Amino acid sequence: MIRVLLPAHLRTLARVTGEVQIEVAAPVTLGSVLDALESCYPVLRGSIRHHATLRRRPFVRFFACEQDWSHEPPEAVLPDPVVTGVEPFLVIGAMAGG
Amino acid sequence: MATKPKIQLKRKTKTPGSGVRLLVGTRKGAFILSAEGKRKKWAISGPHFAGWEIYHLKGSPVDPDRLYASQSSGWFGQKIQRSNDGGKTWELVGDKFVYDGPTTTHQWYDGTQHPWEFKRIWHLEPSLSDPNTVYAGAEDAALFRTTDGGNTWQELPGLRSAKGHLWQPGAGGMGLHTILLDPTNPKRIFIAISAAGVFRTDDAGQTWRPANNGLKSPFQLPDPDAEVGHCVHRIAMHRSRPGVLFMQKHWDVMRSDNAGESWSEVSGNLPSDFGFPIDVHAHEPETIYVVPIKSDSEHFPPDAKLRVYRSRTGGQEWEPLTKGLPQRDCYVNVLRDAMAVDSLEPCGIYFGTTGGQVYASANSGDSWEPVARDLPPVLSVEVQTLT
Repeated sequence: MIRVLLPAHLRTLARVTGEVQIEVAAPVTLGSVLDALESCYPVLRGSIRHHATLRRRPFVRFFACEQDWSHEPPEAVLPDPVVTGVEPFLVIGAMAGG
Repeated sequence: MATKPKIQLKRKTKTPGSGVRLLVGTRKGAFILSAEGKRKKWAISGPHFAGWEIYHLKGSPVDPDRLYASQSSGWFGQKIQRSNDGGKTWELVGDKFVYDGPTTTHQWYDGTQHPWEFKRIWHLEPSLSDPNTVYAGAEDAALFRTTDGGNTWQELPGLRSAKGHLWQPGAGGMGLHTILLDPTNPKRIFIAISAAGVFRTDDAGQTWRPANNGLKSPFQLPDPDAEVGHCVHRIAMHRSRPGVLFMQKHWDVMRSDNAGESWSEVSGNLPSDFGFPIDVHAHEPETIYVVPIKSDSEHFPPDAKLRVYRSRTGGQEWEPLTKGLPQRDCYVNVLRDAMAVDSLEPCGIYFGTTGGQVYASANSGDSWEPVARDLPPVLSVEVQTLT
């Protein structure tokens, strides 16, 4: 099971509280986690990645194991602690600044 | 222009036993304000979709409990919400707004051509006859339509063929903000885009042509009479006379008596002809309302006095409506989609401000009272007259 932590607005859209857990077949990549997440929660389509291009929205970030995965390609394999469920995969709304 | 005669329609009134429902979109959520027919006691529900920008909500004219809301976020994009119970509960519907056909381009700030990119839905306009059909105005400017209650959306791409390569975003974005459906001709639609102008279709959206003849923008366009490129802020019509249109342009208040074939200025004695909203009295097609704003660089009322101006002559002759509105130290703005009229008798007028106030008049504007004081900045106000 992959543990995914969503930002508050996306938890509201998906009508979930806390972490969500999703099944992802190996190899567990950035793209396959997002595909599985959107498959389980279709209302999230378009809110993390653009509908047409599947590119990450500019102010969404992906963190895992204290590393920024936002700029990695979809085929990037996520680290073992995420794959084994020890660490969550974090979808983050970027800081607004100000 | 000659003074227009005052026209009053035979009034089809709603009884005081009925009520109204205000649909208020703000920077941080939606609010629904309800009152009985006298419009004295108000109840507020919300925020719905807390934390999201709600550019617009609107109900179906044929099923008032069917509401649609445009919910957007700089982080998480566009969502569309639908309610089947007057806003008590909501469900997410489709939000896949994909431009149809090959990617086309428009003018960009640096003089190059730039591809269309979807940003958000500014305005939702439910069909006059079918609660499942809704038009949506987008930034970058385009018109979308659903016929299945919002589950899927299709662009009407002919609009972008109406000299779209010459359209250029202003500082506020290139948004399609006004959609007027002709109640006597289902194939005729008027739309307005900031900053491209007014466009009209007579074949249900297949083909479009600019309808900007008579607009003059001497300090915004190199050719002040250009066919497209005018910064139209809002247009309005009365349902009994769909060939008569009123416009609040960036500067100038205008009218057309021939369905947008030509326009003439009716700013008259306004203290400033800059502003955003314009609307028409429900029972008097020659009575119109604007909210003058000092200038495009100072988005607050002239003399720091919040005044609605009413013309009972279709323009030119205007009177300030001030009773109940702040007449000192007021520095709010009223945005283009933030004014609405109900169809009760007397006609109710409503508007919201960037300071979070919603003002209501239950007597055609003669006096006002705040029905909400401390909401987030108001982006849009719609009203439903309920029986």
